[in-house]
Amino acid sequence: MNAGLPSAADGEALRTRLELEAESAGYHLNPDLEFTRSLTHGLLVNEGRYGYRACPCRLATGDAARDRDIVCPCDYRDADLLDWGGCFCGLYVSADIQEGKTSLASVPERRPPAAERTMAPDAPRLGRALSLPVWRCRVCGYLCARQRPPAVCPICKATSDRFEAFA
Amino acid sequence: MEAIGRVPGRVVGSHRTKFYGLSTCVWCKKARQLLEELGAEFDYVYVDLVEGKDREAVLAELTRLGRGETFPTLVIDGSDCIVGFKPDEIRRALGS
Ligand code: SF4
Repeated sequence: MNAGLPSAADGEALRTRLELEAESAGYHLNPDLEFTRSLTHGLLVNEGRYGYRACPCRLATGDAARDRDIVCPCDYRDADLLDWGGCFCGLYVSADIQEGKTSLASVPERRPPAAERTMAPDAPRLGRALSLPVWRCRVCGYLCARQRPPAVCPICKATSDRFEAFA
Repeated sequence: MEAIGRVPGRVVGSHRTKFYGLSTCVWCKKARQLLEELGAEFDYVYVDLVEGKDREAVLAELTRLGRGETFPTLVIDGSDCIVGFKPDEIRRALGS
């Protein structure tokens, strides 16, 4: 099932890239380099296994539709950053943790069990007509009014399949 | 990395510990390191490295314990579960 494992250098290259992306969008990577490199390496291992970067700290099924909410950055990152100062894995952290003012402890799992997961609603929910549908990025909450969601979220870089119809 | 195995440990006649983890997860790595530092004997399984029927069997074990698929999970003496990397709880449960 593994087509050649990624190297440590690959993990570091991805860490550097994600750090740039994160900082440009107001997010922060965990400053513990060894820890963070190990996670980005795990993301690459999962990309080799499944074809997408499933969360390294969660069990992926290999079925893209069922794993969509845990493709990194997952649907739960922003809520965990608010409540705990870090995402479930500890890859993304709050500014306070990045600056060493507080430290990150174990973050409880907020992903609901499979049976309780809500699929992205695909029909507008507002009663009144809008001139365009409104799309919401499930990762960061970005909203936009246009015919189709953008290919890539301009805020958090999530792909268009992470958008749901909002209104 | 072996999917399933046992670490003999240095502490004789102590607890029976089972470690459920993912090979890609950093918190699982930390939990395993702590078990090794404490000299605990434990069985381990990296659930992402087992497939098909074997994976179903492991997940059924976790369901029986009333725990979701959250890693690391440590089961001490068959019933005491510690979910997530909680070093103080792990030390306390293993009596060191
Ligand atoms: S953002 Fe979500 S998917 Fe990515 S590392 Fe953190 S918890 Fe895992």
